[in-house]
Amino acid sequence: MGEFLTLSEPKLRSVREPIAHDSANLHVSGAARYIDDLPEPQGLLHLAVYGADISCGEITNIDISAVRNVPGVVAVLMADDIPGGNDVAPVKDDDPVFTDKEIKFHGQVIFAVVAETRMQARKAAKRAKISYKEETPVLTIDDAIAANSKILPDYTMTRGNAEPALEAGPHRLKGQIEIGGQEQFYLEGQISLAIPGEAGEITIHCSTQHPSEVQHGVSHVLGCANHLVTVECRRMGGGFGGKESQSGQWAAIAALAALKTGKACKIRLDRDDDMIMTGKRHPMRCDYDVAFDDNGVIQAIVMNYDADCGCSADLSGGIVDRTMFHADNCYYLDQSLINSRRLMTNKVSNTAFRGFGGPQGMIGIETVIDAIARNLGRDPLDIRLANLYGDEERNVTPYHMTVEDNIAPEIIKDLEASSDYRVRRKDIAAFNKANPILKKGLALTPIKFGISFTVMHLNQAGALVNVYRDGSITINHGGTEMGQGLYIKVAQVVADEFGVDLDRVKITATTTDKVPNTSPTAASSGTDLNAMAALAAARKIRKKLSEFSAELFKVPASEISFQDNIIRGGNQQLSFDDLVHKAYFARIGLSDTGFYKTPKIHYDQEAARGRPFYYFSYGAACSEVTIDTLTGEMRVDRVDILHDVGHSINPAMDIGQIEGGFVQGMGWVTNEELWWDDKGALRTHAPSTYKIPTAFDVPEDFRVALHNGAGNVEQAIYRSKAVGEPPLMLAISVFAAISDAVASLADYKSLPPLQLPATPENILNAVNAMQGEVS
Amino acid sequence: MKDNLRGTGDDTERTTTSRLSFLWRGELVELDDFEPTTTILEFLREHHFATGTKEGCNEGDCGACTIVLGRPENGKLRYRAINACIQFLGTLHGAQLLTVEDLQGDNCELHPAQATIAEKHAAQCGFCTPGFVMSLFALTHRDNQNAVSRQIITDAVAGNLCRCTGYRPIIDAAFAACAKPVNDQFSKNENDVLVKLASIDTDQHLYVGNNQKFFASPASEDELANLYLKHPDALLVAGATDIGLWVTKQLREFEKIIYLGRVNSLNSCFKSETGLEIGAAVTFANAHAELAEIDPDLGELVRRIGSEQIRNSGTVGGNIANGSPIGDSPPALIALDAEIELREGKTTRQIPLETFFIEYGEQDRAEGEFVRAINIPKLGGDEHFRCFKIAKRFDQDISSVLGAMRLKIVDGTILEARIAFGGMAGTPKRASNTEAALININLSDQSNWRRAVDNLGLDFQPMSDQRASQFYRMQAAKGLLTKALIELAEPSAATRLIALRPEQRPEKRDATNG
Repeated sequence: MGEFLTLSEPKLRSVREPIAHDSANLHVSGAARYIDDLPEPQGLLHLAVYGADISCGEITNIDISAVRNVPGVVAVLMADDIPGGNDVAPVKDDDPVFTDKEIKFHGQVIFAVVAETRMQARKAAKRAKISYKEETPVLTIDDAIAANSKILPDYTMTRGNAEPALEAGPHRLKGQIEIGGQEQFYLEGQISLAIPGEAGEITIHCSTQHPSEVQHGVSHVLGCANHLVTVECRRMGGGFGGKESQSGQWAAIAALAALKTGKACKIRLDRDDDMIMTGKRHPMRCDYDVAFDDNGVIQAIVMNYDADCGCSADLSGGIVDRTMFHADNCYYLDQSLINSRRLMTNKVSNTAFRGFGGPQGMIGIETVIDAIARNLGRDPLDIRLANLYGDEERNVTPYHMTVEDNIAPEIIKDLEASSDYRVRRKDIAAFNKANPILKKGLALTPIKFGISFTVMHLNQAGALVNVYRDGSITINHGGTEMGQGLYIKVAQVVADEFGVDLDRVKITATTTDKVPNTSPTAASSGTDLNAMAALAAARKIRKKLSEFSAELFKVPASEISFQDNIIRGGNQQLSFDDLVHKAYFARIGLSDTGFYKTPKIHYDQEAARGRPFYYFSYGAACSEVTIDTLTGEMRVDRVDILHDVGHSINPAMDIGQIEGGFVQGMGWVTNEELWWDDKGALRTHAPSTYKIPTAFDVPEDFRVALHNGAGNVEQAIYRSKAVGEPPLMLAISVFAAISDAVASLADYKSLPPLQLPATPENILNAVNAMQGEVS
Repeated sequence: MKDNLRGTGDDTERTTTSRLSFLWRGELVELDDFEPTTTILEFLREHHFATGTKEGCNEGDCGACTIVLGRPENGKLRYRAINACIQFLGTLHGAQLLTVEDLQGDNCELHPAQATIAEKHAAQCGFCTPGFVMSLFALTHRDNQNAVSRQIITDAVAGNLCRCTGYRPIIDAAFAACAKPVNDQFSKNENDVLVKLASIDTDQHLYVGNNQKFFASPASEDELANLYLKHPDALLVAGATDIGLWVTKQLREFEKIIYLGRVNSLNSCFKSETGLEIGAAVTFANAHAELAEIDPDLGELVRRIGSEQIRNSGTVGGNIANGSPIGDSPPALIALDAEIELREGKTTRQIPLETFFIEYGEQDRAEGEFVRAINIPKLGGDEHFRCFKIAKRFDQDISSVLGAMRLKIVDGTILEARIAFGGMAGTPKRASNTEAALININLSDQSNWRRAVDNLGLDFQPMSDQRASQFYRMQAAKGLLTKALIELAEPSAATRLIALRPEQRPEKRDATNG
């Protein structure tokens, strides 16, 4: 198999080209169909759900008589109505579809109303009278630590013997950073449309990154075999991790309603419900204790990550693991001890979000670097450079993986030059001296992001390629399209494999009855896995076509070429379409499946040792900001990014991921603040109160380039690299630049206690602290 | 009655129609039976399965539902983007409705607002895209066909959230779409559309429904006054940028809606020797230029109210009558010593705006009484105005603190001070202790005025909520007043991240500023 997939680089026509998103024209004309746009089945019913009014306690009484009496209401569904298991959790069994007793978070779903219209259902749901016995909720990381409230066991990674080494270092610092969560804010909210079929079959159109898990979850809830449930998703209006494990509950509720009523049923959460009832990025706190030498080189470090997992396990195990896997970022941590606690709070269960814990890991170590720089009175970039992984030595991570593809030094060096870092550093010092109210800051931060699911079995993919008698081709694979351009990238790969025009290849909706047992489109792995699987399927068909044309042309199969829609061999040729036509009559199978599993990876969870990642994606960003010390307001003035995508399959899509990821990360570190009241109710549950970046927040001076390097050292598809998540963490440079601006107030001698997100309020608090140090 | 607006509407000639009429896809749509609170988005998606227009947030904040309305203005068609999710169907009377599906030409060729987004890779998941397309479409049909600036573009799309692209390609697409003066099928068909729209008699009152349940859109103020006297339980709706949410989010039910948007006398601005009179139903978009003339800070404040879509619907009068403690315009208008005029039946009265806000949730407005106009005096020669809005995000956000100050300064000495804040109390409120402490202080005497600024602690006891803590609100309020005083003492001081005043703009930006 390995040899089969060894890629020579043929003459490429589609791969490497900046080809537009396959749906671009549909998007702009309003013709791209999302699930709420699908033609409605006859007699379609609509659902709304009721969320708990308290964050911790028990239900003592549920009175839904008034709900049932609302005109148009067809049914009310509760826990008792579930024929199978009342659980949609991805890992543990701790996410009930409907709770009938214990309330674990404000907004937890108690029942669903089925009605003739969506408005009827929403209004009816409000008429329920639920009584509770309220208990004191655990709402913060401090609450959880005090109550020893944990959802999963603690986990540790260790290399060397950090604690004694801390004592030995010439310099030692301790500190802490509070790291806020983040709402995915996909523009299309959670939605499922369930259509009952015959003999217990059910088809669900679900906006999800993980159709297979939705299929399995629904079959568990309905108590039926997997093969009765088909889950389909043509496209999502954004996912960002928020539709990895969070779509299942709504699919299950819609399916249950369809089963009970015999009618098609649709649930589309209102935005506020969506934000209240589905998980977000984990808020965390990182405490560090670091020893370093006079040059700022880290000699020993202990990092403790306390993660607010919310009320259930969900994907928190993998997420907090990934935090720890990124506690080193690009830096060699000689004697290292990375601890984590996975804390249970009475909040909606936190979940996947682009970066999957990685951002929290990285912001921890970047804060350490800044702290060292302030302590030594050095430019933080110099401390970063002094701590980078080496090539031959100083190249082993805290989880004992040897970094074999370290290109961080060259990327940083290139960006340092292209961004004029050193000159601007001086200019900013002059600006800050001259301006008492406005202060500028600058920071250049790198990223190294591990590519592969750290849950080993997910690193597999399947695909189905069909060639039709006219030479047109369809592909299907387990990857889902959420705007990232996965479908077009896979189509580019398949088109070039057959040497045909891209428009001969049609991408079809992801559905569990074409390719089974798929992994989520997550961990940035979509193209790596699915393009490889599609290539494997295409290559099988191509092999059959090669052999068939070799017979026709009477030449060895090795001499057959597929190029420019023409199959050539010797001095003969046939169009691809003609060849396929002939192949059909010669009874050659024109459909095949492909399978791929990521090589080389292994990880011993117990020993916390191994090679969890096939390779790393790298990048660096340099950001300049200005803050207003009277109000804490901030503007990003300029951003330079140099990012590594290996050899790009589609530079247009990759740039889109880099810029979009960066700006999303900028939201995480600046404006986007989740705020719960003292009862545990989320009060930032709509775009009126939760502020993602707008066009005005993006700097006019925004320079993005792809690193022109040697390509992926590993044999990933066409030597490209995964790009979905890593760029988000480039935005740490914005946070560090804000910290730099604030640090100017105390002559850069100490690290401002800036909390993330750096809202005007948090910036002003840090300003106050720095001014307090001076006065 | 004080006849300060040009007439209040003469009803002798007017008749009433019970048929809502608007133009959609080349045809007149006529409706005489619909729920009064039906939104335009419901009409499109649920009644007609026109699903190109999306629902993202259902509260006018994300822009996925952006549509464009064309209306005759000064003999030409004027296209404006609005949020379909919170706008009521009945407000469409006399308008042309355009959605993303309506832009392609005869041979299905994409409109520049569409083609440039596709070409620049400015759509990823595509869900926000129809909204951006419509905002850009309206931008291509802007009044002034000169080249657009980045600021014009970011203002045009501030009400459209994209979570995928990072906006850079969208801004590029907007530049490309606006590179040439617009010359599309809509420009070509403008006269046909105007003729079709002229067939709708917009001088008529619109009244769809019965005595118990109706959507009424009076064309004159007298009809409005009569109708509201008869139905004091009716809900007055101007821009619906807040009331829309009462329906879509709070799920409240309203049987009687009276829409102010077509009442002629409420929809005009008049400049006089002494000041500006704004009809209560004038949108922020239509009042923007006149308000900016009073002071650039006031113009900037309007620029940051909601979004283009919200300013195209939301009204100055609604922002006041709504009574919110965090409405953006009231503190500024209070600092400017504005008055409002209220009318009930045939009786009108004029009160200082600051007395309108009694306490949280309570205004000085009687049953059956409505706000008809706002009168804003011009700044006197020695009067200086400053206004600052603080929010988590610059564009399209709700204030955590909004400070507005009018100071009369002669020879560097503060002779009069009117200072009002939003977000600091249950109503927009003046800082009377601080005002008093500032009188007779010379701006050069920093230590003195800094002490005066601390008096804000006597004037306000702000609260903590999701927008900001009480501590931040107080410190930021002091910071804003300090900033204003620094600017007045030293006009060229670098005090602002955005919206620099003319005197703060260096001829050439220092190279170090990047």
